[in-house]
Amino acid sequence: MKNITYTISVYAENNVGLLNRISAIFLKRHINLESFSTSASEIPDVFRFVIVVNTDADRVRKIVQQIEKQVDVIKAFYHTDEETIFQENALYKVKSSSLFEERHIQNIIKSSHATIVTVSPEFFVIELTGFREETEQLRKDLTPYGLLQFVRSGRISVTKAKMGISEILNKFKNTK
Amino acid sequence: MKIKTKKKSMTNHDNSIRISGAEAVIRCLLEEGADLVYGYPGGAIMPIYDELYKYQDKLHHVLTRHEQGAAHSAQGFARTSGKVGVAMATSGPGATNLVTGIADAQIDSTPMVCITGQVASHLLGSDAFQETDIIGISTPVTKWNYQITKAIEIPEIMAKAFYIARTGRPGPVLIDITKDAQFDSLDFSYKKCTGIRSYTPTAKLCNKSIEEALELINQAKKPFVVWGQGVILGNAESELKTFLEKSGIPAAWTILGLSALPTNHPMNRGMVGMHGNYAPNILTNECDLLIAIGMRFDDRVTGDLNTYAKQAKIIHLELDPAEVNKNVVVDVALISDCKISLQELNKKIKTKVYPNWIKCFDDLDKIEYEKVIKYDLHPKKEGLTMGESIEMINKYSKNDAIIVTDVGQHQMVACRYAKFSQTKSNVTSGGLGTMGFALPAAIGAKMGAPRREVVAVIGDGGYQMTIQELGTIFQQQIAVKIVVLNNDFLGMVRQWQQLFFDKRYASTEMVNPDFVTIAKGFRIKAKRVEKRDELETAISEMINSKEPYFLEICVEKEDNVFPMIPSGASVSDIRLE
Ligand SMILES: Cc1ncc(C[n+]2csc(CCOP(=O)(O)OP(=O)(O)O)c2C)c(N)n1
Ligand SMILES: [Mg+2]
Repeated sequence: MKNITYTISVYAENNVGLLNRISAIFLKRHINLESFSTSASEIPDVFRFVIVVNTDADRVRKIVQQIEKQVDVIKAFYHTDEETIFQENALYKVKSSSLFEERHIQNIIKSSHATIVTVSPEFFVIELTGFREETEQLRKDLTPYGLLQFVRSGRISVTKAKMGISEILNKFKNTK
Repeated sequence: MKIKTKKKSMTNHDNSIRISGAEAVIRCLLEEGADLVYGYPGGAIMPIYDELYKYQDKLHHVLTRHEQGAAHSAQGFARTSGKVGVAMATSGPGATNLVTGIADAQIDSTPMVCITGQVASHLLGSDAFQETDIIGISTPVTKWNYQITKAIEIPEIMAKAFYIARTGRPGPVLIDITKDAQFDSLDFSYKKCTGIRSYTPTAKLCNKSIEEALELINQAKKPFVVWGQGVILGNAESELKTFLEKSGIPAAWTILGLSALPTNHPMNRGMVGMHGNYAPNILTNECDLLIAIGMRFDDRVTGDLNTYAKQAKIIHLELDPAEVNKNVVVDVALISDCKISLQELNKKIKTKVYPNWIKCFDDLDKIEYEKVIKYDLHPKKEGLTMGESIEMINKYSKNDAIIVTDVGQHQMVACRYAKFSQTKSNVTSGGLGTMGFALPAAIGAKMGAPRREVVAVIGDGGYQMTIQELGTIFQQQIAVKIVVLNNDFLGMVRQWQQLFFDKRYASTEMVNPDFVTIAKGFRIKAKRVEKRDELETAISEMINSKEPYFLEICVEKEDNVFPMIPSGASVSDIRLE
């Protein structure tokens, strides 16, 4: 089976211990995480984990079954890139001198649609949200001008299909 | 300083009472019907032990000799009583000593709640005396775990712990309670947990799959059932029996499914797996329909997956959705409690017989008898065999003992030859294969089913891993019968060395102590048997004893367990010699 990129979305109770449980599922199977991010979700008190892995269809199905089995997990899904809308976010810290001395750098920023977050006498910070190739291209372009720091977030994504988490939670409420 | 306005045990307006966290823990246990706990005290759990002292007329605490013993005892109790077992330990080494038992309970789906003391919450993360991250350590081997740092959390978390341990696919839950949470007081009232929104214990059975399953069963010419512990955990023994009797389908069990159907039931065709019976293993690869009930296609059952039942359609009755299509891809999955699935199937199943197919089992059984069983049960040689020892236990316990086994050759022989009339009578460490399991598990098994005869069958190796629990047995006067089948070897490993490592017996020979003297040192009645003509009297005396009894049977040193599927081989490559 072919390895491709899968985005795993997990809806869970806000529970610190769960992070450990979920990462143990990957650790046990020697599956590297491409990225991992957690945040609030559209539902109050429900957390969302977005995990990106490169693996095959059979393994991702089994992993998601194991994740969903965890008591504190409400629901887990996996999707291919085509089934999701996803973005990553990158920050670039560059010497301020290069902004004024190198005219070219301004063109790079403009054409990449990056935005300037802050400027100080010593450095400036720009931000770019987009696909991996886009943030990566900008990193390459800026490197010759003295990139002081670079950081990229994990992938965040929403699915094209409906998740139906509120329905699950309402159903639980009504049967109680 | 805060001044406490309410006095201890004063009832509040909302019917709650003001008590300490430690007392709340005890009351929660009692609310859950847990009046028996196994454990070992220490600094971080002393407030709870202090309450145990006050509640000793309501809650019986068994002091084991090692926390591993407490965990295995709780498991043994759960396995024979069907209730949740409870084990307690202090922080640090107390908690880590529980881990083997927790891992065993996790892989064998045993309902258990473990309570560990923890350093005070202000010390967490400071490497305080006896602080270990037991939550981190136990996470991969628990169904759920939680650290309580405030007394007020105790009732709700304890209720959740029992609910999670017992429902769905059962498993171990660990609750770690900081010392300050045990000392602090709370307004206590208890409400049992009846549901958790993120957790679906049992899925609703899909009617369409029932129809599909029935269709496959109707078409089958050579159907075969393999059942596992799910039948016992789901209390589905009578449904299984009805299903087999109506459908006429021959059936075999995994090691943890043993005793769900009486040994002498005509549809019971023995054990599958590495040291299982010849016919069910061979015929796994000849049946045209395999119906797996409450089992998970463990590698010790399937051998090489690439050649496992490839010719057959497969129906899987399974509670845990994560087990479906995990090791073996199935044609129809009935995802629910197997009791419900079997009830649905039983409503519509046609009455049938498969005489030619059954004859295939009979023919292969004859081969196994001639090549293996005959020599195990009626040996011509001088040395005693494990098989004849088990057969003698059958005779004197009238095929109705609870047999608790450790891990190794004696375990396989006991499971092959022990006869059962009732369910929940086989207690063994299946998934983890934990040596040292049997002696403490037997304590729990007897306390979980006090009216039953409990015989622990243990190897000389594994016995020495938890031998100190003889102290618990004597102190509590638990009338278990302990049989050590002594071959002076780590027999199972030696067998592999003989077969696969050119007889290089690296560190498997044991120079053993005088087991009888040791047992007597623990003030337990003890006897050794070396010759065949002593065996019968010794076993009869043991079974008739009202007290705990230790019997060492010196067996042939270098016997092997057959049949055997070499690891990684196909079930149909099972060897008889
Ligand atoms: C805790 C633990 N350590 C090691 C093993 C590996 N092991 C499996 S069977 C066995 C030999 C058991 O010897 P004994 O208890 O004498 O039983 P026998 O096979 O001789 O009947 C060993 C070492 C194990 N299963 N568990
Ligand atoms: Mg031995």
